[in-house]
Amino acid sequence: MWKKKALLAVLAAVGLLTIGANFFNDDRLEEPSVSVVPAWKSTDLRHTVAKLDAAFEEDWKAAGLQPTSRADDLTIARRIALGLMGTIPSLEEIRALEKLPPEQRLPSWLEHVFSDRRYADFIAERLARCYVGTKEGQFILYRRRRFVSWLSDQLAANRPYDSLVRDLVAGNGIWTDEPAVNFITVTLDANEEQQPDPVLLAGATARAFLGMRIDCLQCHDDRLGTVTLGTPEEPREGLQQDFHRLAAFYSETELSLLGVDDEVGRGYRYKFLGEDHDELVPPVVPFGQEWVPKGGTRREQLAGWLTDPRNKPFARAIVNRMWAILFGKPLVEPIDDIPLIGPHPRALEILADDFIEHGYDLRRLITIIVASRPFQLSSTSDAFTITDRHQEHWAAFPLVRLRPEQIAGSIVQACSLTTIDARSHILQQLIAYFQSADFVQRYGDKGEDEFVDRGGTVTQRLLLMNGDLVKEWTEENAIRNASSRIRILCPDPEKAVEVTYLCVLTRRPTPREAAYFTQRISETPKQKRQEVLEDLFWVLINGTEFSWNH
Amino acid sequence: MTDGTPSGHCGSPEHFSRRTLLQGTLGAGALWLTHVAERLALADERSRGRKAPRSVIVLWLNGGPSQLETFDPHPGTWIGGETRAIDTPVKGLRIGSGLARTAEWMDRLAVIRSVTSKEGDHERATYNMKTGFRPDPTLVHPSIGAVLCHQKRDDVEIPRHVSILPGPWPARGGYLGDEYDAFRMGDPANPIPDVRRRVPQERFRRRVDDLLNVVEPAFARGRLQDLDRHTLHQHSFRAALRMMSSEQLAAFDVSKEPASVRAAFGDTPFGRGCLAAVRLIGVGVRCVEVTLSGWDSHANNHSAQHARLETLDPAMSALIRELHERELFDDTLILCAGEFGRTPRINDAGGRDHWPHGFSVVLGGGRIRGGVVYGETNANPSRDEHDPLKDVALPRPVEDIHATIYRALEIDYEKELQTPIGRPMTFSKGTPIGEILEEA
Repeated sequence: MWKKKALLAVLAAVGLLTIGANFFNDDRLEEPSVSVVPAWKSTDLRHTVAKLDAAFEEDWKAAGLQPTSRADDLTIARRIALGLMGTIPSLEEIRALEKLPPEQRLPSWLEHVFSDRRYADFIAERLARCYVGTKEGQFILYRRRRFVSWLSDQLAANRPYDSLVRDLVAGNGIWTDEPAVNFITVTLDANEEQQPDPVLLAGATARAFLGMRIDCLQCHDDRLGTVTLGTPEEPREGLQQDFHRLAAFYSETELSLLGVDDEVGRGYRYKFLGEDHDELVPPVVPFGQEWVPKGGTRREQLAGWLTDPRNKPFARAIVNRMWAILFGKPLVEPIDDIPLIGPHPRALEILADDFIEHGYDLRRLITIIVASRPFQLSSTSDAFTITDRHQEHWAAFPLVRLRPEQIAGSIVQACSLTTIDARSHILQQLIAYFQSADFVQRYGDKGEDEFVDRGGTVTQRLLLMNGDLVKEWTEENAIRNASSRIRILCPDPEKAVEVTYLCVLTRRPTPREAAYFTQRISETPKQKRQEVLEDLFWVLINGTEFSWNH
Repeated sequence: MTDGTPSGHCGSPEHFSRRTLLQGTLGAGALWLTHVAERLALADERSRGRKAPRSVIVLWLNGGPSQLETFDPHPGTWIGGETRAIDTPVKGLRIGSGLARTAEWMDRLAVIRSVTSKEGDHERATYNMKTGFRPDPTLVHPSIGAVLCHQKRDDVEIPRHVSILPGPWPARGGYLGDEYDAFRMGDPANPIPDVRRRVPQERFRRRVDDLLNVVEPAFARGRLQDLDRHTLHQHSFRAALRMMSSEQLAAFDVSKEPASVRAAFGDTPFGRGCLAAVRLIGVGVRCVEVTLSGWDSHANNHSAQHARLETLDPAMSALIRELHERELFDDTLILCAGEFGRTPRINDAGGRDHWPHGFSVVLGGGRIRGGVVYGETNANPSRDEHDPLKDVALPRPVEDIHATIYRALEIDYEKELQTPIGRPMTFSKGTPIGEILEEA
C-alpha cells in the first residue's frame, strides 16, 4: 500500500510540471502519426475478405437470418482495442481518429494498434496461456515472464507464425537466454528426475498447435467417437498408440548443463493398456506422416511437420484462437477441439488457406478478420429482435463478458484523458500495474479457460461499485483523473457529459441520456459539480455496457 | 467418458472389509502394522446415526504440513525428529506434542494417516486436494464448497462460499461457474472488502437509480430480449446490493464476540478466521475455507512446524468447542488438510521436503465417526524411498477424501453432469472411506 501512495505522491509532483494537452478543443490535436496501412487496401486481401463475407452472407440466407447493420466506427475501434490491447481507446485517440476521413479510420486505427507495444504484450499473454498455461512453475528452470516477453518481441516484429512455433517446439538452450524453450521446461516434473515430460508436451502440442484434444488417448483408445483421425476417405478412431507415438517425438529432449538439448537416438518406452510389458514406441504423427521431414532431431522433424503448408490443422488452430481473441468466442467451440476431418465452418477454411498462402502472417490474419462484415456488425438492431441464433451465426456481433485485465485496463484508461501506453509516464504505468494486478485477482482470472462463456458475479459487482481502483481513478485528482479535469477544462455541462461518455463508453450519449445528465449538472452548484461528474463515471463503469464487449 | 490425465483411480485400492484388510496387509508382510483393528472397533461404538451436515469448514494448511509433527508422529525413530507424541482421550491414539489442546477433542475427529497422491508440486497438489481431481489442461474442476453450493439451494444474503486469508489458489467454482468461486476476504479484524459504499447513502441511491433507470435501458435497447439471463449483470448487481445492506454481514465481524471467546481462538489472523467461520456457518453459509500458510519447511522443519502449530492448536480446538457450544458441530463437517505431507527423511538443512506418499488428513463433525484412525505409516520405512507406498497401510488416494465428504453431505457425487465443454463429469471418482462414516 505504501508503495502505491508514494508513487501517487511522486506522480502528483511530476504531473504538475507536465499538464497534458487540452482535448476539448479539437484543433489542438496533433495529426495521427500513422498512414493508412496498404495491406488493408491490397487487392488480394480485399479478395479474401470478400470471400469471407460471401460465405457468411450465404449462411445467413440459408438460416433465414437478417444480419444487423454495420456498427459505427467508434464501436468497432473499441472492439479492436479491447481485443488486441486489452483496453479501450483514450479520448486523445478518439479525437485523432475522428479527424480522419471515414474510410481511413479503421485501417489507420488498426495500424496504430499494431505499432503499439500494448498489442504485442497483450496478444503474447493470450498465446502464452495456450502454450504454457498460467502456472508460474518452478522458478529455477522455468521463467514465464521471460517467455511472455520473448513472445511479445516476436509479435512486435510480426515474425511469421510458423517460424515462431518452430522455435517453441525444436528450440534448444537455457530458459533465460532462449526464452522459447520455456515451452519445454514448463513440463519439468518437480517430483521426478527434473526432465521434460513427453506426455505433457504431446498433449500441449496437440492442443496449442493442432487445436486437437487428444489427451484422453493417453490412457486408452477412444471409445466415444471424440477423437477421429485418419483421412476423410478413411476415418478411424484415435488410439492410445497415436498419443504415445506423438509423445515419442519429445523422447530425445533432455535438460543438460546447456539447457534444453537433444540426446539423439534416445527412444520412448510405454506399456500400453492391456499389455504385459512396455515397448519401444516409434515417433509417428497422427496424420500426414509423409510431411515429416527426413533429417534433423525428432523435435525438428515434429516442428517441420506441424508447419508444413499441407498441415491445415496447424493454421486452423491459430485462426480459431485469433478469432476468439477478437470476438471473445471462437468459430469452433471448444477452442482447442477442432475436428481433424470436417465439416469445418467455411470461414475457418478461408482464413486458414489465406494464412498458409501468405506466409503465416498474423497481422494479415487479424486485418482480414477486422475488415470482415461479421466483425463490423452491430450488436443491436432496431429493426428486429436479436436472438441467440443471430449470435450463433455471427449475424450480430456477440455479447461477451470482458476478461478482468480488460476491465482493469479499461477503467484506468476511461479515467484518464491521455493514452496510457508505453509512452505514458512510467509512474502512471506503474500505478496502473499495481492497482490492476490486485484488481484482476479479486475480479477472478479465468486462467487458461479464458474463452469459456460466463455470466457476471457478485464479487465483480462489489469490486466495481465499492473497490479501490474505481474510487481512486474517479475521485477528485486534478492532475490525473478525467472527472476532475473535465470539470476544470469543460465548463459547458452538455460537453462535459459527452466527453465523459466518450472516455468511458467510446460513444456519445443518447439524447435521453444527454438531456438527463446535462440537466443534473446544470442544476448543481459549481462547487458540487465534481461530485456529479464522479457519479457519472461511477454509473457508466458499473453498467452492463462497460463489462461486456459489444 | 474421456479422461484427460492418468488418474489415481486406476490404482485405487479395492474396498476391503476391515477383516480382509487386516489379513491382506499382514499377508503382505507388513508386520509393523499395529492396532488398526482395535481402533476401528472403537469407532463402531461411537456411531450414533446423526443427520447429514449442512456446512463444511476447511482448515487449509498451505505449504504442506508435516504429518510427523502433527497427526502421525513417530517419536524415537530415525524419521521422528524431535517431536514427542502425547496421549488423547482415545486409547492408543497419540498425536504430536504441539497439538495439546486439539488432542482433547480427538474423540470427535477421525484421522486418515494414509492419504496418497501423485502430486508433489504445491500448485498441482493444492488443486488435487481441493477438487479431488488432478489438474487437467482441458477443464477446471470445482472445489468442495462450490459443489456443495451448487447442489443445495439457500436463501442467504451473503456469499455462501467464503475463503478467509486465501492462499495463492483459493477454492474455485471451475466448470460450475465463477459464481461458485469462494468470496475472498482477509483478516476478520479488518472490514470485509468492497461491501461498504464509498459515498453517503443519498448519493449512492442516486447512482444506483441513474444506472438502473437511465444507463441500463439505453444499453438493453435492440438487444436480446432476455439480456440479463445471459449476462447476469443486473442479477448480480442486485445480489451485491442485497449483501451490502444485509444484517448477516455482522457474521463476518468477530469483534462482536466476548473477549474470552476471541482469546481462546488465539490473537492471530487464522484464529479470527476460524471464529468468523463459526459465525458464518451460524447464519447459513455453506462452506468456509480458512488458510494458515507457512508449512513449507524445507529447512529447520521442527521449529517451523511448531511455530505454525502454536497458531493452529488453539484455533482448531476452539473451533471444535464453539461448534459444540452453538450446537453446530453435527451440522458441520470439518476438514483439516494441506496439499501434501513431508518426507520421513530429514534433509541436511534439518528440513523435510514434499511428500505425497502417505500423509494425514483430519475430518470431524457431522456423520464422521470420532476417535477413529484409518491407515498407518511405517515407523521404520525403507531408506531408499524407491517404492514409498509399501510403507503405507490402507493407502487411500486424495479423491477418496472427497467421496467420503460428499457421502457424508448426501451429495450424489457419482451422478454425471454435463460440463460446458460437453464432457460428462462426476463430482468425485473416489470411493468413500466407510470406516470413518456413520450410517445415514
